[in-house]
Amino acid sequence: MNHATPNKPPEMTYAIESKGLTKRFGNSIAVNQLDLAIPKGCIYGFLGPNGCGKSTTIPLLTGLLVPSEGEVSILGAPLAGHEESLKNRIGYMTQKFSLYDNLTVRENLNFVGAIYGFLGRRKKARIEELLTLYDLEQQAKQFAGSMSGGQKQRLALACATLHSPELLFLDEPTSAVDPENRREFWERLFDLSSTGTTILVSTHYMDEAERCHALAIMEQGHKRADGSPQTLMDTMPAAVVEIRGDQLRQLKQCLIEHPQILSAAQIGSNLRILVKKDVPDPLAFIQQFSADREITLTRPSLEDVFVTSTGGRHVG
Amino acid sequence: MWVRILAVFIKELKQLSRDRMTFGMIVMIPLVQLMLFGYAINTDARHVPVGLVDLSQTAESRALEQAVTATQSVNFIARYRSIKGAETALTRGDIKAFLYLPPDMTRRLFGHPRYDAKQTDSPLTRPVGQWIVDGSDTVIASTIRALRDMPLNEVADHNTVRPTASFAVVQYYNPEQRTVVNIVPGLVAVILTMTMILFTSAAIVREHEQGNMEFLITTPVSPMELMIGKIAPYILVGLVQVAIILSMGHWVFSVPIQGGLLSLLSGSILFIFASLTLGLVISTIVKTQLQAMQLTIFILLPSILLSGFMFPYDAMPVPAQWIAEALPVTHFMRMIRAIVLRDANIVLLGKDALWLGLFAVGGLIVASLRFKKKLE
Repeated sequence: MNHATPNKPPEMTYAIESKGLTKRFGNSIAVNQLDLAIPKGCIYGFLGPNGCGKSTTIPLLTGLLVPSEGEVSILGAPLAGHEESLKNRIGYMTQKFSLYDNLTVRENLNFVGAIYGFLGRRKKARIEELLTLYDLEQQAKQFAGSMSGGQKQRLALACATLHSPELLFLDEPTSAVDPENRREFWERLFDLSSTGTTILVSTHYMDEAERCHALAIMEQGHKRADGSPQTLMDTMPAAVVEIRGDQLRQLKQCLIEHPQILSAAQIGSNLRILVKKDVPDPLAFIQQFSADREITLTRPSLEDVFVTSTGGRHVG
Repeated sequence: MWVRILAVFIKELKQLSRDRMTFGMIVMIPLVQLMLFGYAINTDARHVPVGLVDLSQTAESRALEQAVTATQSVNFIARYRSIKGAETALTRGDIKAFLYLPPDMTRRLFGHPRYDAKQTDSPLTRPVGQWIVDGSDTVIASTIRALRDMPLNEVADHNTVRPTASFAVVQYYNPEQRTVVNIVPGLVAVILTMTMILFTSAAIVREHEQGNMEFLITTPVSPMELMIGKIAPYILVGLVQVAIILSMGHWVFSVPIQGGLLSLLSGSILFIFASLTLGLVISTIVKTQLQAMQLTIFILLPSILLSGFMFPYDAMPVPAQWIAEALPVTHFMRMIRAIVLRDANIVLLGKDALWLGLFAVGGLIVASLRFKKKLE
């Protein structure tokens, strides 16, 4: 799935810029020397396993955590010292549902509206607009706690975008919803993106990461790769070879002994092997281990990029 | 600013009205405690269970026993043949004291000036009997001690002239000396302390535990707005409790309400405000609702024991009085008793009122400063 990169304004402006962003908790480093330059209007993904630092990075970028080192600029202003004024310009959707279970959908929206300084008719109009936009009119009088995962997620997005923020942070937004709702949710994100909202989303789903305009792959606090999904796949420092046949488990055990093989993983009746780019002919290289099986060279996927970049297989 | 305070206020009020358990506690805690303490607490010990060791076995000894029973201070629940048997019962805790009447009790009685006015005190005059008391409980010991100079003429069935008292005593405000008159206004202070601190000590930490805080801190709401909005609904709750306790105390226990409504209202609001901010400060210190509960009890115990609710403030040693002075409840205990029982007005109680006001404002500032819009 490819999405055209958004139209960049003539003068490149960044919604988020960070230099050498580092956060330490005691002796452990959660985020290590993170440099980011996220252009306005794009959907940017943070892809990484649990504990890779992506859920620490978002509070660092919204001013909820103070970095140990490094600088952050948000929407053209330095974050330090402007945390409170920037809160009117950014929206944040937490990983866990963080609205009030014992308030109705409309009461939650009313509360958030008033917190952002919406009053009277303006508030009412904005809430009606959001109820329609996020398909919550039927649930307006329902308690938030009694709604389904997808409905809660739509309410959370409605609350996070009530004040039309220029920059929206989403921390693993779809971890509690089914694939159908996930698809629909992403359509809404592209709607927001088309109106100029910059969106930063963290995820550990490959299919979600693939939808982003650009993404960073994170591991152990380091940024391992950065770029559009297509670029990342094109510039991956490994070739993908698929083997079809039987006794793949034994073959896998044998292959991963070799330093040229970055990874081998079984997918159905295929064995997907990542061979380092410095092997001149990957097909011939594999052939010597597995003569009588069907061997093909295939296009890399984002998962291949992820595997190549993480788990100590990081090259360069 | 006011919009956001109002938003938090309305949100809290709605959540409170939907929390049936909490809503029930607001009404039931004062009602149950008032009924319980109103009937149960009595510092005036009566009908203390005691034993009798009567070695004289005469008509006079039985008459003396009846005269002692007639004071209503003690109930003779057992008789013992020897002092040894009575002492065992005292150790076991069956009785709190026993009266020993010696074999020559009749002779002692006849020679006693309290029995026979014609007799005069001489070195030969002996007490007619002896009380052996479990002195560990001072309230009970003093009840028995009061029997020491009991008149003995009733035993003789003839009148003797009572000596004139050294002082005349006139008891203002509670002439019948009913403990409940002092207890009911005190209960207002204790129950408010308990419910107000309990509700707000959990207020901030609950939003943390339920994950709401994670969203709130990304919004432009300021700590002060959040704090004021959160405690405002409970001022109403507190006033409802004051009304419940005082009106029930008035109707059920006939406690007179002497003071003016305005003084009562302003004093109560000051104290409620001070207790709520104390709860908020607790809420910014603790990490879980359980810890909030534990810290609340840590404050609650001295509030009950040192505030003058159960034991007179003036009887405490000076360092304990300092601790008591630091607790808002001590000041309110003084104020509410003065207003309800003695018709004092708020101006007369200016020092306590000022202290409560300062405590409340200080607490609000400390809570707001301690509350950081940051993750840890």
